[in-house]
Formats: sequence, structure tokens, C-alpha cells
Amino acid sequence: MARPRRFPAGLELPPFKSGPMGRPILAAAAPSLATLALDQGNGIAAQPVVVVGDRVRVGSLVARSEGDFGVDVHATVAGTVRSLEVRPVPGAAATSPCLVIENDWTDDREDASTPLDWQATTPADLLARIRSAGIAGLGGAAFATHAKLEAARDAKVSHLVLNGAECEPWICCDDALMRERAADVVLGARVMQRVVDAERVTIAIEDDKPEAITAVEAALAATDHHGLALAVVPAVFPAGAERQLLASVTGIEVPGDAWPPAVGLLCQNVGTAAAVARVVTSGEPLTRRIVTVTGSAIAAPANVEARLGTPIADLIEACGGYRGEPLRLIAGGSMTGRALPSDDAPVTQALNCVVVATAADLAVHGSEMPCIRCGDCASVCPAGLLPQSLLRAVASADAQGLVRLGLADCIECGCCDYVCPSRIPLTARFVAARRERRLRLDQERRAARARERYAGHERRLAAGAEAERREFEEARRRARGDGQS
Amino acid sequence: MTRRFATSGAPHVIAGYSVPRVMYAVLFALLPLVVVQVVLYGPGVLLQLAVAGPVALACEALALALRGRDSRPFLRDGSVLVTAALLAVAIPPLLPWWITGLGTAVAVLLGKHAYGGLGYNPFNPAMVGYAVLLVSFPVAMTRWPLPLDAGGSPWDAYTGATALDALRTGLGQRYTMEEIFRGDAFGSLGGAGAQWTGLAALAGGLYLLARRVVRWHIPAGVLAGIAVPAVVMHALDPGAHASAIFHLFSGATFLCAFFIATDPVSAATSHRGRLIYGAGIGTVTWTIRTWGGYPDGVAFAVLLMNLAAPLIDRYTVPRIHGRE
Amino acid sequence: MSEWTLLDALALAAGLAAALGAALGWAALRLRPDADPLVERIDALLPQTQCGQCRYPGCRPYAEAIARGEADIDRCPPGGEATLRALAGLLGREPRPLDPDYGVTKPRQVAVIDEERCIGCALCLPACPVDAIVGAPRFMHTVIERECTGCELCLPPCPVDCIALVAPAQTPPVRDRRAA
Repeated sequence: MARPRRFPAGLELPPFKSGPMGRPILAAAAPSLATLALDQGNGIAAQPVVVVGDRVRVGSLVARSEGDFGVDVHATVAGTVRSLEVRPVPGAAATSPCLVIENDWTDDREDASTPLDWQATTPADLLARIRSAGIAGLGGAAFATHAKLEAARDAKVSHLVLNGAECEPWICCDDALMRERAADVVLGARVMQRVVDAERVTIAIEDDKPEAITAVEAALAATDHHGLALAVVPAVFPAGAERQLLASVTGIEVPGDAWPPAVGLLCQNVGTAAAVARVVTSGEPLTRRIVTVTGSAIAAPANVEARLGTPIADLIEACGGYRGEPLRLIAGGSMTGRALPSDDAPVTQALNCVVVATAADLAVHGSEMPCIRCGDCASVCPAGLLPQSLLRAVASADAQGLVRLGLADCIECGCCDYVCPSRIPLTARFVAARRERRLRLDQERRAARARERYAGHERRLAAGAEAERREFEEARRRARGDGQS
Repeated sequence: MTRRFATSGAPHVIAGYSVPRVMYAVLFALLPLVVVQVVLYGPGVLLQLAVAGPVALACEALALALRGRDSRPFLRDGSVLVTAALLAVAIPPLLPWWITGLGTAVAVLLGKHAYGGLGYNPFNPAMVGYAVLLVSFPVAMTRWPLPLDAGGSPWDAYTGATALDALRTGLGQRYTMEEIFRGDAFGSLGGAGAQWTGLAALAGGLYLLARRVVRWHIPAGVLAGIAVPAVVMHALDPGAHASAIFHLFSGATFLCAFFIATDPVSAATSHRGRLIYGAGIGTVTWTIRTWGGYPDGVAFAVLLMNLAAPLIDRYTVPRIHGRE
Repeated sequence: MSEWTLLDALALAAGLAAALGAALGWAALRLRPDADPLVERIDALLPQTQCGQCRYPGCRPYAEAIARGEADIDRCPPGGEATLRALAGLLGREPRPLDPDYGVTKPRQVAVIDEERCIGCALCLPACPVDAIVGAPRFMHTVIERECTGCELCLPPCPVDCIALVAPAQTPPVRDRRAA
């Protein structure tokens, strides 16, 4: 068992995980209305292949993914398609077009594909099966798993790391998964290893999860290892952030503007691995995930296995309902989660935890003072940035300064906010600045492309396409009137 | 039934540190120094504090009113009291009250609010005030009472030269080091009163380090910046240069290292930058003490390095994860 | 050290000033960093829509006109306020509103050909400044959405008015794909 080095930053936070971990994983009942998000948070919505009124069965394909990075969507209940509407969802995109299916309670299942003997199946076929099963990353980012695996395979990654760190307070669905279904995790790791053809596989778990470590060790021993290893990382937030985890387990830092595959690495969540194991062996698409339902305003917190599309309100009911004065409904953990406006948002592949928080669970910023440049933020930044300098550069719109100081490398973890004595909402500022930067880069890319194409257009006309040149200028004159200065 | 919630941004928990906590910790850490000063030099420092504090608060309120800002959060945060206290313990206890008031007003209005108030001053406000006073009232600013352990009597206020003063004058008059160090102004470690105030400042500084209100980089830099040239030059020419121990325990060395240089707003930003910044302050202080025109160079050293801080920052951006 | 007179001090100060001034001047001339010509820098700020609303046949000619001092900077509707402010900053002028005589700023739009109504006349093909329309006479035409700048030059030539301007389907990225 490897003992990786720790990155010299981050925070040791109280975990708040004992409530749900005191019970086994609960199975939630199927919902009466399943709201299936077609956009997993990538900005690319799958295209529906059904219309309102169609009858579907559990596992039917209801939306096909567009392009390389989209994810297929499958019905999680049997019934009638009721509507296609844009609804608020958890995850990176605030809203998504959703297919709402009304459950007819027959629970008819679509004929499953044949279960695969994964060791006898080619990696390409395994990849196709993973793609058609509609799996996205279950660690919260919801990136199309087949795309990630395919890119890793093309880049010939040599080391696959499974992220079982789960460093954020409140979230413990992966811990529960590893304790109860370690065999699935290990099997999924081996399947993914075969798909990407990695030499080494390391399952990384934080040191505050001894039961999970024992369970995974036992599962590894039962399968004869095959190049799989376990690494225990110190329980620090955000040890489970992808680039930080890869650095701490492998010693290799992923450069700021590159993917992990570019340096021969791949990182996948343990929940994603378990899902891969399930779909390959059972032949069924992904229809469920485990969600931690917790917080001081929940009567009986638990890890709940729920069908995608289940309203969060149903999960809360399954955990004894509300208790006390809930102040916030947070999708995710307390450091990076997003506060939702209502509890009818559905479970999506991006939802790993729901924290129903009372005032005691929260600590809000309060009134903001000017930055006194104390430097505590820089001491805890896991990306090695200087948040106090970044703040100044953001406020003065200093584009060059933002590049030099590494705004692009911010992982939006919230550590700087946590320690700031002036109570500045640093993370919110950086998130906004990063978004602006993305939009600006997108614009610049398009402008550069248009400039090139225009230059090519002009060259072609200059080379002698006289008739076309005349038509072009005539068209422009008609469009703009006679006003060429 | 759908339940609705208010929303807010991540992170949803913070540690709850605050600016007042930092400032009041610094004030608390200055107490040993104040007590030692009262014992050695008499109650003068208490009067200076009593003048500087209210003047500072009044100037802050005035400046914020002129700028159209709400003064309540800033008056409560304790930052201007820290400026006042640092000035009050740095100046001679017998300084006339109106000079103290003037110095405080300059520190707060010119050293802090002219640049935008809390968080925006490029110079250490207390040192701006001190430097203005030192240049404008050179005699009054160098008239220290003879400390208790040099035979002075705190309530009678006999004045005498400080150790650094005596060293400079003595060397100029071609006395040997042994002869100079036999003078009244010298104690066993350093200057007669200064060694005790230095120890008190060190105690306060260690408290601040333990509470993580200041980090070790700047104090270590300052102390090294003074000690290293002193060690080297004392080894090369003991007759003309005092030892490192003397330099560390005379003048305002520890006060500078832990309280003055550590003003985060005007210091460099990164850890490495702060080491360089501190070392610069220490070296310039030693240089002014040895070859400059003033007995203690702390105030000017700090101000000069404040000027250099943006340049230091430019070249000491720490390595970002994933980059070379 | 002998006594310094006032003249000595003045001479020293003047000499230092002259020497340092000469050194700075030399550095300013001989050590100047390479900067792109002004036209390049102006063109880099323009949105490259190539629409001609500024009354110049493209963004580059407009950039050249601004550099020559012929044209003012408030004539680019697709660039909007952001471009205006950037140009004002580059040229050291006061920012001001867009001149409405040259058009209004619209959100990003792309052209879409209604295939049911398109008659395959190919009149729109030469109108596009960035060759974003593919097709041939009597073959279906279509606009490549990724390349379309929304300049609207294809609308007037079309005899059956089958081209519409709509919001693009591909939304800008909501987050970095490679981020954790």
C-alpha cells in the first residue's frame, strides 16, 4: 500500500459523515414522475428520440447524445412521456431540457443487452457498451465517461487512478459504496483498465475511511490484484480534486492547460467504476445512483440509492422528512455545492449529495472588509495561487495579470474563502472571472477563425475569380447602401 | 408539496476569522512591551498611547466621512489602533503631546487614507508618521530618558544617549569598542533599556507566531538581515562594528521584526517574497545604523522596502500547480 | 572633504540629471520592445464579423482607416461596447456610445437556411465573406453554423427570403472540460 505525499495546502475540515454512515444504503422507491435531464452539465443536450405520448419501458433510450461529449439518456421508469420542458437541475448547468415521464407502475423493463464477458470482449466493444449505457462521471462532474476513456486510450495512458478520496464534508456516498460494494468497484477498475490498456491502477482512499480501505483491500485480494493497488491519502480538503489527487498519488502534476491523458494519467470516480461494472455485466443502462441525503434538518440521514429523475423531495421523504428549520438545500458538499431554489429538482448523474442545512451547519460571509493582504488564502490554496493578488487583478480587469497569476488554474474549491479574515467572497469572484474568461476566449477563437477565412476568401477573389468578386461587391453594396468611404 | 429555499454562493461554511481578531491580537501582544517600557522609562508611554489612540480614531472617522464611507465597521476593526499603538511605543516617552498627535494624524491621514484606507496603503502608516516626526523634530525624537537599568530614574526623566547613539558618537570620536561598551547606555546583551524592551517585543512576537497571526517569513528575514552583515563585519573588523547580538538587542529590532515589518498590507505577498522583503529591511537597517546619519534605521528601512515590495512581488510569484 | 559651495552642488545635480536623462532616452530608443504595428493591434480588437456595417469592406480595411485617422472608433455594432472601450483604451481616447447611424448591437446570431423554401439559386454563396455557406446551383445550400459570423450579408441576395437569423444552438462552454 503506497503512502503518497500530501500537497502542502488545503484545509482539515470536520467531516460530518457519521449520520449516513451509521446505516446501510437505502433503496428509494421509484418516483411517480421521473424528470430526466438531457444535458449533464456540458452544455450539450442529448436529442430526444421520443415524443410526448410515447410509452417507454425502464431502460429504453429516450434521448441520443450529440457529438463526442454527449451522453445517451434512458428512461428510469416505465410509463408515458408527459412533456419536454426546461427545468432547473443540479450540476454545472443551472437548467436543462428535461423529459418528464409519468410512471405507470408496471416497471416493465426493456430487454437488456447481453451481459458481456468483459475479459473476452475487445476494448472497442466495451467502450461501445459503456457509451450506449449512458454513463457520465458520478463524482459530481458528470463528464461523458466513454469520451474520457476513449481519449485516455488514444493517449495511451499508463496509470489509471480511481478517486475514492471523497474529501468534501458531508458527502459519503462513495464511502458507503466502497464498504458495501467493493467488488463492483474493483471489477469496474479492471474493466476500465482493459479499455484504456493501462499498466497500473491505483485506488485512492482517504485515511479517515478505514472500513472502506479494509473492504477494498479484501476485494483486491479476492481478485488477485492484477496490477491494481491501493493508496491511502491524508484526509485533507481538497485531496480528491482530480489534479491534486493525481499529483499526490503519482507525483506527476498535470499541466494547467492539458488533460490528464496528456501526461499518461486518467482519473475516474469509484462510483463511475461501479457503474461501469454493472452495465457491462448486467447489460442494462445506467438508471440509478447513490446520493447522500444529510444535514441537520433531515430526520434520518442516509445514503440513498435512487433512480435518476427522482425529485429530491422524494429522497428527503425517504430519510424521514424535514426536521427543524432548514435554511439551504445544497446539491453537493458544503464547500463547493450549489444551493438549489427548490426541492423538486431531480436526481441527475451529477448529484452526489444533498445537504439540508440549518443555520448551525452554515457559516455565511457577512459583511465584507477590504483585503488586508494577510496571505492566509495563499497558504491554503491547493493550486499554489495567490488569491489576494488575483482579487486585485480581477477588480482592475488586468487580463495579463490574470494570466500570469493563474486564474485558469483555480479549481474553485473554496479554501481561500474559508480562511479570509476580511470575509471576501473570493470564490464567487473567481468563478465569475473564469466564466468571463471562457466566453472571451471563445469569442477570440471565433474571431481568429473568421479572420482567417475572410483572408482566404479575399485571396481567392484576388487570384482571378472576377465574376465572383463583382457579385460579392454588389451584394455588399445592396446590403449596406452606397456608403463606402 | 414543493418546498422553496433561499440560495447563496459556495462555500457555505467559513472559518469565521475576522480582521478585528487579527488587530486585537497584535494589540494584546504589545502589552509586555508597554509594561516593560513603563518600568524602565516611566509612565510616559501610557500618555503617548492616550494621545495617539483617540487622535487616530478621530482622524479615521474624519477621513471616512470625507470619503463618504460608513465609518462604523472601520472604527471597530482595530487597525487604526494598531497604527497608533506602534507609533506610541516607538517614539520617546517624553515626546510632547502635540508632536505625538501630529505624528498620529500624519500616519492615519497621509499614510493610510490618502491611498484608499484599509488594505490600500503602500507604506506602513506608523512608519510614515514616525519618519515625518524624525525628520521634522530631530532633537525631540532622539531624547530618550536614561532607562532604569542604566541608573536612570523613571520619574525624574533624566535623558541620555541610547546605546546606538553612544556607539555612533563613540566610534566617531575614535574610542575603542571596549571603552564604548563600558558606558552607561550599554547592558549585557545590547542597549541598556532596549535589551529588555527587545525581549518583551520578542515575547509578544512569539505569541503572534503561535496564534498564526503572523507567519515566520518576515521576522526571520528581518533578523537574518540584521544579524548576517553584523556577524560578517564584526568578524572582519571588530573594532569598528558591533556584534550581531548587540544589534539584535538594541534599538527597535524585535519590534520591527514582529510588529512593524509584518504589516501585511505594505509587505510583499508570497512567502519567498516576504523573506526577501524582511531581509532587505534588516540589511538596510544595519546599513543605516553603521554608515547612515540616524542612530536607528528601522523606519527608513521599512519605508524603502515598502517601495520595493511591488518589484519583489513581480519576481516572486510562487510556482503554480502544474506549471514549471 | 573641502567645503562645497552652492555652485558645486548645483553643478553636480545638473550633471546627474543630464547623464541619467541621456541614459533613459537612449534606453527608450534602443531597447524598445517590439510592438505590433497599430493596424494589427486595432484589427485584433475587432470582432471579425466582416459585415461592412462600418461602411468599409471588412474589418481589416476599417482597422486601417482607424489607424490612418480617417474613421472614428464608434462604428462597429457587432463589437458593441466592449470593442469600443478596448479601442478607446488602445488609442487613448474617451469612450463613448456606439453611433446608431451604423447599426445596433445584436446578441450573437447565426444564419439558417430554411431548406423547404431554398430553391438552390446559389446567389447567397458569393455574398458570404467567410465562405460559410456550402452548396452549388440546384443543390441544397446550408450554412456551416460554426463559421457563420452573423453578418447578414446573405439575406438581401436571396430571392425567396429563406434565410433567418437565430441564436446559435451550440452554447458557449459552461466550464472547462478538463477541470476537476
